[in-house]
Amino acid sequence: MTVCSVVRVVPSRTIRRRLVVSKRLTSFMSERAYRTTALRRNVSENGRAMMQEPREEDEADVVIVGGGPAGLAAAIRLKQQEQEHGKEIRVVLLEKASDMGNHTLSGAVLEPRALNELLPDWLEDPPSPMTPVKSDKMRFLTEKYSIPLPAPPQMHNSGNYIVSLSEVVKWLAGKAEELGVEVYPGFSVNELLYDQSGAVAGIATNDMGISRAGAPKDNFQRGMEFRAKVTLLAEGCHGSLTKGVIKKYDLRRGKDAQTYGIGLKEVWEVPEENWHEGEVVHTMGWPLSSNVYGGGFMYHFGERLVSVGLVVGLDYANPWISPFREFQRMKHHPVYSSVLKNGKCISYGARALNEGGLQSVPQLIFPGGALIGCSAGFMNVPKIKGTHTAMKSGMLAAESAYTAITSDTTNDSAIALYDYEDKFKKSWVYDELNEIRNVRPSFHNPLGVYGGILYSGLDTLILKGRVPWTFHHKASDASATQPADKFKPIEYPKPDGKLSFDLLTSVARTGTMHDEDEPVHLQVKDLDAHTNASYPKYKGIENRFCPAGVYEYILDDTKEEGVRFQINSQNCIHCKTCDIKVPTQDINWVCPEGGDGPKYMLT
Amino acid sequence: MPPRLNIVVPIKRVIDFAIKPRISAAKNAIETNGVKFSMNPFCEIAIEEAVRLRESSKDLVESITLVSAGSAKIQDTLRAGLALGADKATLIDIPAIDDSKSLELEPLAVAKLLKAFVEKSNANLVIMGKQAIDDDSNQTGQMLAGLLNWSQATNASKVTVDEASGVVTVAREVDGGTETVSAPLPLVITTDLRLNTPRYTKLQDIMKAKKKKTEKITPEDLGVDVTSRLEIVSLSEPPKRTGGGKADSVDALIGKLKGVGAI
Repeated sequence: MTVCSVVRVVPSRTIRRRLVVSKRLTSFMSERAYRTTALRRNVSENGRAMMQEPREEDEADVVIVGGGPAGLAAAIRLKQQEQEHGKEIRVVLLEKASDMGNHTLSGAVLEPRALNELLPDWLEDPPSPMTPVKSDKMRFLTEKYSIPLPAPPQMHNSGNYIVSLSEVVKWLAGKAEELGVEVYPGFSVNELLYDQSGAVAGIATNDMGISRAGAPKDNFQRGMEFRAKVTLLAEGCHGSLTKGVIKKYDLRRGKDAQTYGIGLKEVWEVPEENWHEGEVVHTMGWPLSSNVYGGGFMYHFGERLVSVGLVVGLDYANPWISPFREFQRMKHHPVYSSVLKNGKCISYGARALNEGGLQSVPQLIFPGGALIGCSAGFMNVPKIKGTHTAMKSGMLAAESAYTAITSDTTNDSAIALYDYEDKFKKSWVYDELNEIRNVRPSFHNPLGVYGGILYSGLDTLILKGRVPWTFHHKASDASATQPADKFKPIEYPKPDGKLSFDLLTSVARTGTMHDEDEPVHLQVKDLDAHTNASYPKYKGIENRFCPAGVYEYILDDTKEEGVRFQINSQNCIHCKTCDIKVPTQDINWVCPEGGDGPKYMLT
Repeated sequence: MPPRLNIVVPIKRVIDFAIKPRISAAKNAIETNGVKFSMNPFCEIAIEEAVRLRESSKDLVESITLVSAGSAKIQDTLRAGLALGADKATLIDIPAIDDSKSLELEPLAVAKLLKAFVEKSNANLVIMGKQAIDDDSNQTGQMLAGLLNWSQATNASKVTVDEASGVVTVAREVDGGTETVSAPLPLVITTDLRLNTPRYTKLQDIMKAKKKKTEKITPEDLGVDVTSRLEIVSLSEPPKRTGGGKADSVDALIGKLKGVGAI
């Protein structure tokens, strides 16, 4: 008699295991590397006892880490379905900024496609400022001149709005709270909870009140655990928990590495005569050299407000490049200075953004949760827009999560949101990203930006991605960096204090704050080893790619290289560029205490 | 029978301390559009002190009531205060005083509102911040004590309550050092920076605070007229620093000082 073993094929239906409430949830030891509360040998017995005290526990159906457009769209969509279908679910959203929108920074020209789907009558009570786009200009800049360029059809902005994304996020947070989402700004998360099967079972908020030496202070506060059926990671570009989850569940297998850009921007108040409401300007070329991807932008919105900024692709090879100083000198070009002169700079900030496109989208789901928004990376680079796709991804994940949670309560395994991956592949997000998938990678060619513009022109105007080939990102941004001795140091002009500014003045405009007596959240295991590995080859690249002056090499005769590496973590504006770009890949960015970081205004 | 403390903690919502304030385009107010607001740091210290008194001795503190005056946006700040450990909160609703007009609510008007409120609440101890970080007036606590005819201990850096006698001893920060005063209840204490370090708010407490009561009243309920008696004529930034000069020698320095008429 033959014995046939029946293999149960799991269809793309979700599998669930009811979480056993009383069991202890173990964090795998490998995750301790990502916790700020790593116990040091010099912490006293009493201190250790305090830091290892069991945490209070609470339960929610869905926990969302990150309160940006994706996280809030997911939260809103979850509660909308609760209203539609009747089954109640508890949705908890945690945000590390002290207030909603404080860490949000973007151009931004908002394509309202996802917003129209999420909140169809949003125009009756819109966020402010919100300025409809009236005119669109593309220019190629040389040091003195500007040459008009035809804008590809994807970049036409009629029907779009110039906004302050941080104000939009505040507005979305209000909508979420009205619907019953529990929104908690001021709480950062560095730790995921796992169940015995290795599935994500929730999160734990950071302990607060730990000294720089790692010991508990007088106001030490243990974090709190939230067990959740579904955990959505919406941390934005290059999220810290996301990084761990991608590694742990091998979510990048078969996909390209993610590639990034850094976006720096300022918000200015300009004189009436320089202001053209609703004008959108994009520039390429100067000051970036032909083998550096990037471009500038300038949007007129609100009341005599102008958002001006520069995006620099982080795959640049020349370690002498300073994106901050490129941005500052760009503003001296007549296209920009004609608008900004006699104006007042009221805000500054920077953030890394995804450029990898469809090729770099990882597997979106893991046992017990999923990645939404820029944590996965749905930015449409030619359009320079990622908010609408981020929001849509949040909505799709929410629909999938709601169905999984409210149906089939008998099965108790961890939830796998296969449905979300399916929905994504069938959605307009996928179609949009597929159409332009070859545009950004086309810039990796010997002709640099010129070759890229030529191919992109062809692809966006005629081919529209309907080709059998897909260009790939061959290297990570960090590995694309070449040694400093291959290039000449760049002589940047001194800031004039009117159009261009020095770094520390700019950092003061971010409102960023971290406690002096707090563990350094930019983790480098050995400062001396890092100096020896990085300084001789790259001559202080960290000092140049950081838009906030966190990293310094200070002259020190006692050290092998004659300098020591200093991390001024208080200046950090949470842009994540260091974690991405440092060639030695030994800076691990983790969340500091909740409430720390910038307090961006109108960004 | 040891006295039970019925504490009122007035608080103020101000522009966050980390933000650089700017003058609005109209040049007569501080720009508040898109700017982050938080509880005044000295008020956080006041709430923390009230909570520590409660924790120091069972039954010492009967209740901790928060009160704040201004527009409805103050609701969030009051809730943050409830999450820090207060029992209940009252919002004195003055719709005309929105973010951009907050400087029009003057210390004397606030002191009058608080006097009426404190008397209505039967409080015997007021702990409040010594000053707000937006106007730096350092007047309201003192005016309140005067109107109530209570003792006052301002700029406190340490507070001790003798439970048996009901006498409060306060160490005050003064220019020359520290001065220690003591007085029986009722008393107004204003907090200085070194009094304590406020605790972090626990997420669980924020959730609980949503259920705590917040009352809304108006200046008319308290019988107080809050019209401003001062008008802000203009606001301007301090003049930009001009470069200095360097002198090569002591004689050159003396020459330069004489040149500008300093000596």
